[in-house]
Amino acid sequence: MTTTRRDFLTAAGAAMPPDPSHAHQHEHEHQAVPSDPALRVKALESLLVEKGLVDRAALDALVDAYEHKIGPRNGARVVARAWVDPAYKTRLLADANNAMAEFGYVSRQGDHMVVVENTPRVHNLIVCTLCSCYPWPVLGLPPVWYKSAPYRSRAVIDPRGVLGEFGLELAEDVEVRVWDSTAELRYLVLPERPAGTERLSEEELAALVTRDAMVGVARVVLPSSERNP
Amino acid sequence: MNGIHDMGGMQDMGPIQYEKGEPVFHVQWESRVFAMFLATGAWHKWNLDAFRHAREVLPPADYLRVSYYEQWFSVLLELLVRRGLVTAAEIESGVPAPGAARATPPLTADKIPAALANRIYANRDAQVSPRFKVGQQVRARNINPVGHTRLPRYARGKFGTVNRDHGVFVFPDTNAHFLGEKPQHVYSVCFAARELWGTQAPEKDCVYVDLWDDYLEPA
Repeated sequence: MTTTRRDFLTAAGAAMPPDPSHAHQHEHEHQAVPSDPALRVKALESLLVEKGLVDRAALDALVDAYEHKIGPRNGARVVARAWVDPAYKTRLLADANNAMAEFGYVSRQGDHMVVVENTPRVHNLIVCTLCSCYPWPVLGLPPVWYKSAPYRSRAVIDPRGVLGEFGLELAEDVEVRVWDSTAELRYLVLPERPAGTERLSEEELAALVTRDAMVGVARVVLPSSERNP
Repeated sequence: MNGIHDMGGMQDMGPIQYEKGEPVFHVQWESRVFAMFLATGAWHKWNLDAFRHAREVLPPADYLRVSYYEQWFSVLLELLVRRGLVTAAEIESGVPAPGAARATPPLTADKIPAALANRIYANRDAQVSPRFKVGQQVRARNINPVGHTRLPRYARGKFGTVNRDHGVFVFPDTNAHFLGEKPQHVYSVCFAARELWGTQAPEKDCVYVDLWDDYLEPA
């Protein structure tokens, strides 16, 4: 199987014709393997479009959705609402899917969301040790570090050391709960609301909430300029 | 499969490489691979578990060395051919086989909003009785299947407590190999850090792992 897969990669490289309009003339010719993945990917896209397997406009729409519409601002709005509306927070912790659907972020048949709450005594951290599972509807696509070996390997065995690398030191008496996303449940951390934010609006609060805080590798902090005098 | 992907608990993989202001995609082709994967998935010729397994069986050295979306590209090519959407000859030539009928894409731009909201269909309404109850002590089975599994090595043989019953879901170990969905309950199981890593771990820390009925036995 391994050899086969490598052959596919090579073949995809070979599939890039020098000029797509002359592709038919070249289909039996040997092609040098372009090392540039951009060319190999482009060749596959042309093939899939020509076979009617994918719609190019759908590809564009998917890219646009994840580059511009679906990202951590979604999660930040959920967090800010939970901070200002106790009834919403109760709903969110009990049934995250339906509470997030109030913002239109997931449907009943979509991802299976679970929200875990940070408190002065409990700190939650999200990881996927086996691959790259991440709550797309509320955080978008995961950053490279989240998908990479250093984070995935150590988050479960040494979460405090990992948090230290992010500049987050926890007191010894804080309970660290690591959530390994091994099934189709997707976790989001509800960070602690920082002190001194009593006068901020929901929208202003949402602007403070970062992706990292919702993964559990950071706290939400109030920039010193916005602290109450 | 005891592969390189199952890396929870490994050490010395290096420092976390944090990139400030990281873009969603670093180069344009990554976004095209990503979108092609979602769009071809609409043919329902494979499932998420099969995708994950195809990535797991990449050569271990490549798994660590090759970028994330290059891995996706490799897996996409593999699944397209293995599941019959494209032939190896077409990949090689870059053009449809002579006389091949042109298909109609199932996922068009107008269907994207609905498709995004229904990304994963992994829970099932099947009436399956749970084998365990919330609060019950359980042990993750010591199994070493050669195919796909979502029971990480670090939890095998360890004792934990059922924290939550998530309901009935497709079983990855069979679904990844197109051997049926075998729907069963998934539980959030709480393992004390000391149970997993020994007495040097902080006393109160714990790891929650989502595990299927077939991965568990009564403690």
